[in-house]
Order: sequence, then structure tokens, then C-alpha cells
Amino acid sequence: MCLQLSLPDAAATEGLGARLARCAPAQLVVFLYGDLGAGKTTLVRGLLRQLGHRAPVPSPTYTLLEPYDLGDRTVLHLDLYRLADPEELDYLGLRDYLVRPLIMLVEWPERGAGMLPASDLELWLEYANGQRLARLVGRSEAGERLVQRLGNR
Amino acid sequence: MRVLGIETSCDETGVAVYCTKRGLLAHALFSQVAMHAAYGGVVPELASRDHVRKLLPLIRQVLDEAGMRPADLDGIAYTRGPGLVGALLVGGSVASGLGYALGLPVIGVHHMEAHLLAPMLEEAQPEFPFVALLVSGGHTMLVQVAGIGRYRLLGQSLDDAAGEAFDKTAKLLQLPYPGGPALEKLAAEGNPGRYRFPRPMTDRPGLDFSFSGLKTFTRNMVQAERGDSRTRADIARAFQDAVVDTLAIKCRRALEQTGVGGLVVSGGVGANRALRARLQEVAAEQGARVYYPRLELCTDNGAMVALAGALRLQAGERQEGNGFDAVARWPLDSLRPPGEPTPSRRVS
Repeated sequence: MCLQLSLPDAAATEGLGARLARCAPAQLVVFLYGDLGAGKTTLVRGLLRQLGHRAPVPSPTYTLLEPYDLGDRTVLHLDLYRLADPEELDYLGLRDYLVRPLIMLVEWPERGAGMLPASDLELWLEYANGQRLARLVGRSEAGERLVQRLGNR
Repeated sequence: MRVLGIETSCDETGVAVYCTKRGLLAHALFSQVAMHAAYGGVVPELASRDHVRKLLPLIRQVLDEAGMRPADLDGIAYTRGPGLVGALLVGGSVASGLGYALGLPVIGVHHMEAHLLAPMLEEAQPEFPFVALLVSGGHTMLVQVAGIGRYRLLGQSLDDAAGEAFDKTAKLLQLPYPGGPALEKLAAEGNPGRYRFPRPMTDRPGLDFSFSGLKTFTRNMVQAERGDSRTRADIARAFQDAVVDTLAIKCRRALEQTGVGGLVVSGGVGANRALRARLQEVAAEQGARVYYPRLELCTDNGAMVALAGALRLQAGERQEGNGFDAVARWPLDSLRPPGEPTPSRRVS
């Protein structure tokens, strides 16, 4: 199942992140796709804000990996843009961060192919006919249910 | 006191010897930019492996240039954080191993403290208190500095760092890595009046920054306009003007708010000439003076680590035992003046 949502501005992108947080199961892996400036980190900020995070949400471009411990939820935000080889995730100690339950959001997941857990949800941020769109595809049972819940609201 | 400084927090392997009496004796940098360009960016584990390969030869070279043997050293400093843990651990292990072998005190230094003290490597030294603008690929922050280890965070970027915005905008303009200097060069050819970018978060009080939206703005503009070279130069110019203006507005506010007479600018973006010229004007208006480290000490380097380490070692501060650690996240305002214990967090 594929859900398409229109995102007129950055606030709408952040709002989708918040909705994702409200509907998300305890354990969730999201792969985020979209060019530079498409709003991937903005969406993650919306999700973190909804979960009670108040401090800044830096883009993980330079750090690659930003963990957030939010009481009962743990969120891991990755940006693999600068990864040359998926194997480097081992050296970065990714496995130490993979606690359960965990909400994991991965930008540029194709650069970590083979070293990442399977995704539940794939989310594309893109332009079509001058319109900013989010396209969501469930990749697991939990992911399918999440897409349905997001579509019903 | 002669201190060896080792910096390995991200891309650069930097080594230096600083003497508390005679100043900087030698410094060397092995930049990995050439290697990274092949991959389109910084590659952390490759970077950290390269720190391993480059560090000992670089230490030998620097000692040689300073006309010293390892036994002539009085202490060793390394960057303990913040940064990439894998990369930091290389510097920490080499520093601690050397310290153990030579029987020297070792100290782990905060990367951003080292940056904001870097102008003290120069002849014209800032006096406390001052305001520091730390502006690089990984950080954008304004700090009120009352003395060494007495820092108050005035504002910071809520999303992308200014240097990151330069790099990513450069990529949108199809410039080669590293993007910042290439974008500055292109901007110099641009017409300042053709486009106008927003100045994020300057329309409200406060000293925080947000540069993430500029990327989207550039992207939309590149898509809307024809991509000829004149247009790209004009967009680069408009982008740079917006970043410089935004940083200048916040610096002016920080100087007004604190009433201090000095502005320290450090970090890779501090090498940008348009920014330097603009901050000079702002400081002059406020009756303040701007201090920069020389260009090669604006970006990550071992000299600033040797200096910051020396100031703390001199006060008797040192790493206990032979254990060392790396701290990926380390708030600058959690530091204390030299000699006062800091709450330690053992991460690895």
C-alpha cells in the first residue's frame, strides 16, 4: 500500500513527523529518501518534538549518528550521506545503539545496504508538478498498519 | 612548559608543539580532503584509519621541526571530544601511550574550547571577557567567555551548521568538494543585487541560528532559474550574503547584550573573507575588536589543542591513570576553570 500526502510547507513536513510519532509502534525502522533540502531532517524534528524532545535537532550529516533518549522511547537518527562503505557502520559502533524498542530513522539508507535492519516504512520526500509530496510505503506488517493508520486520519 | 597537541576529532590529523614561554614551536596538518573528494565527502572510518597511519610520522615531523626529542616534552594533550568516537579514540590512545612511555602528564581537551582559545596563539591576544563565534562544518555557536573554562552558551544552530549549509549549497550548485571555499570563490564573481535570500531567525530576538531552510531556498531557486554560470554565481553570492549577514546580525546582538570589547571568530567558516570584512565593520560600530587565529589555525589543528592542553596542564590538571576516553557529545558550558574537577563521563 502506498500513501501520498501533499506537504505545502516546512510546517506540514514537521506535522507529518509528529503524526508519525503519534501512530508509530514501539519498534520502527524508517528509511527516508529525498534530495538535499527535501525536508528529511525537518520531518525527524517533528517526530522528536512530538515525543517530548525540546533541545535542537542538529542534522547528523557531520556526526552521522544522533541518538535521543526520551524516557520510554529511544530514537536513533542516522545520515549516511558521507559513508563510503556500509562496513563503516561496524566501526561506528552501530550495533551498540540497536536497543529495542527503538525508532530508527535513516537518511541515505542505500549507503548502508546490508548493514542496516530491514525497514518497516519507506518514506520519500519529493517534488512532482511543482508540489511537494510525501510518499509512504509499508515494508512489514507493522509498517503496513502504520501507513493505514496515517491514511485514516 | 612544552606540550604536544594531537587533534583527530574529524577529518584532519593535526599535531603541534606549543611552549608556554615561546609560543607555537611547530605544527603540521595532514588534511584528508584530497582523499575524501574521491568519495564526495568526509568518510569517518577511513578518516580514522588514516589518523592511525598519519599520526606517528606527523609527530616525528613536528618534533623535528621544533628541534626537540620526545624526552624534551613536558606534557601531551589530545582532543577528547566532541567528535566521531572512532576518530577521537586514535588520538586518545596515541597520546596516552606516549604519555605512559615518556612518563608525562596527559590531558584530554574539549575541541570547541581549543577553537575559542586559538587566537591566543597569535601576537594580538584577546583579553577576557569576550564573545566567541565558533563557526564550522559541524558547529555554529556564540559563547560568552569570562575566562578559561568559564563559558556561557549564548546561542547555537538549531539545525545545520553554517559550514554545512555552505557545503550542501555548494553541492546544489554542482561545485566540487570541499564546497565552502569553492562557493566563496564563485560568490566573488556574483552580482549582489540579483537575488535575495532570507536571513533566518533575525526577525526575532535571541541568538540562535537556523541554516537548514537556506538549502531548500537554494534548491528551489536553482530549479526555477536557468543554470548558466552567471546565474549560479549570482545565487552563490546571494547565499553567502545571507549567511554572512545573519552571522553579523547575531554577533552585533551578542556584543550589545554582553557589553564586552572583544569578538573572537574561529572555525573553518572564519576563513571566509566576506565574513571577516563584515564582522570587522560590526565590531567597529560596537567599539569592539575582532580576533582571529591565522587562516591555517581557523580549521581543525593540533596547535589549538596543544595550547588549551598547556593552559590546563599548567594548573595541575591531568588525566588520571593510563585510561583515556572519547566523548562524542560534550556540552562546552559543562567545562570548569583549569584545575577544578569536571564531572567525567566515561563513554568507551
